Amino acid sequence: MSLSTTPTAAEAELAVQARQAQAKSDGYWAGVFKRVRRDPVTIACGSILLLMLLAMIFAPLIAPHDPYQGSMIRRLRPIGTPGYPLGTDELGRDILTRLLYGGRLSWFMGITPVALAFVIGGTLGIVAGYVGGKVNMAIMRTTDVFYAFPSVLLAVAISGALGAGIENAILALTLVFIPQIIRVSESVTQGVRNLDFVDAARASGASGFTIVRVHVLGNVLGPIFVYATSLISVCMIIASGLSFLGLGTKPPEPEWGLMLNTLRTAIYVQPWVAVLPGVCIFVTSICFNLLSDGLRQAMDVKG
Amino acid sequence: MAFYLLRRILYAIPIALAVGFVCFMLVQIAPGDPINAIVPPDAPADVVEQVRKDYGLDKPLPVQFGLWLWKVVHGDLGRSLATGRPVWADLSTGIQNTLMLALCASALGFTLGCILGGLAGTFRGSFIDRAAVSTAVAGVSVPHYWLGMVLVVIFSVQLNWLPAMGAGPGGSADWSWDWEHVKHLILPAVTLSVIPMGIVTRTVRGIVAEIMNQEFITALRGKGLTRWGVFTHVVKNAAPNSLAVMGLQLGYLMGGSILVETVFSWPGTGLLLNSAIFQRDLPVLQGTILVLAMFFVTLNLIVDLMQTALDPRIKRA
Repeated sequence: MSLSTTPTAAEAELAVQARQAQAKSDGYWAGVFKRVRRDPVTIACGSILLLMLLAMIFAPLIAPHDPYQGSMIRRLRPIGTPGYPLGTDELGRDILTRLLYGGRLSWFMGITPVALAFVIGGTLGIVAGYVGGKVNMAIMRTTDVFYAFPSVLLAVAISGALGAGIENAILALTLVFIPQIIRVSESVTQGVRNLDFVDAARASGASGFTIVRVHVLGNVLGPIFVYATSLISVCMIIASGLSFLGLGTKPPEPEWGLMLNTLRTAIYVQPWVAVLPGVCIFVTSICFNLLSDGLRQAMDVKG
Repeated sequence: MAFYLLRRILYAIPIALAVGFVCFMLVQIAPGDPINAIVPPDAPADVVEQVRKDYGLDKPLPVQFGLWLWKVVHGDLGRSLATGRPVWADLSTGIQNTLMLALCASALGFTLGCILGGLAGTFRGSFIDRAAVSTAVAGVSVPHYWLGMVLVVIFSVQLNWLPAMGAGPGGSADWSWDWEHVKHLILPAVTLSVIPMGIVTRTVRGIVAEIMNQEFITALRGKGLTRWGVFTHVVKNAAPNSLAVMGLQLGYLMGGSILVETVFSWPGTGLLLNSAIFQRDLPVLQGTILVLAMFFVTLNLIVDLMQTALDPRIKRA
């Protein structure tokens, strides 16, 4: 009896080890993907965002009307008007059409500044964290100055001084987010810099650039990226806010914040039509926020 | 600790100077000649030249900054291009109105955030926790200017309970604590409070959950302390960080109230900024931003100092 059981136990042991090795070789990203797949909230938010993105890309095919073509005889129709499912705006343009087209600019202005800040701020932060010393001093103390402004105020100040326009708004927002990303990437890089494998690489004679490229980058990009995704929601709200103030997009360009602004006068006539662009901003922003939370958990990033 | 406090106060000085420099540069980066920020566009050429000399705008940039700083330190923020009045005259009433709005919104947001966050942290994983976390996510994700519009639609247009704009009957900017005025404050304050509510909820939840997991809480429970007794211990440990977060939020609200003030035509700094932007009234823009940023720098300093004083565990050197 004992002869027959012993090999089975050993086999089982081997099988367990093999499975563990298999799981390890699956790699980090497979694990992340697996965790994301099990998270219904993240999946739902990702799907909503994907759907919105597709709707915006194919807006010319889906949209029932021309986004610029107004008409004085059908101004401010209510929701559910035949042919105009979400009503018309103060110039008689179809709201559904303008929402579909408007998302393009709103998303563009919400994502571009964060992407730019991710590249610029990430680079500066990694340099500050890895090089240290005087370079760190110079970069981090400059960052402190921009931190001394509340972000909305800084964005309004810069784009207010430069004047209205999409480029100016994007420039202002990029400047708002660079310091925030620098802070995070600097502290993450400092954490990695003192780890044993970096010391080992340095001892083996690798150059600073090689160490950063091979050993540091792979370990800091994840956390910086997750942090950057959490900024998209804020960026979208502020970007639409700038347009709402008349600082971002200029009429007649469709953009959610600007639509909200021009429809503001209509809240006594068609209140529920007037608040629709805000619903779009809200849904996008909440989905990006939850998606970022899900990514943070799946990628096991602390903080 | 005294050394830390001193160093922290001294460090605020270069920051304040640098913030001043950024505000000074705002006029420089504006398209066109900075002289346009001082003289009206239809002024004759010789007057423009005279003003340029008087203001030192023919001198190099660092000298100009010095001159500008000298004036600002002496309380001279220049004159508004649109009204010709000193910038500070309009700004002082604006600041009072904004500060009152921001204080009410912070108080409301902080109270709600502490209740929600405290409950969520105590009953982690429960239905209450999920509800509180969802509310917090909604609070930080909502475009608050839109929320303001929705509240106006519901409470002013549909129900006709509360006024939609202004800070008092007849559009007066003078404040007094009677119902007619408070009525005007409710909607803007509620609108502005959702952001700190969300952030405070998240923070307090994290702090409380961490404290509840610590051994001393188990020990306190083990020795038979009542729920209320344990609660006081949790509050004492959670207070310094929560208050610090709230202090910073007050600063963000002061700077970020421009959108809500625009929605409700609240006569504060935001409305001032808004009209300054549209009239290209650069002195008003510069002055308002400078004062708000300085307020934020000071608030940051106070929060840091208070946190050190409140929390004996922080021994900074």
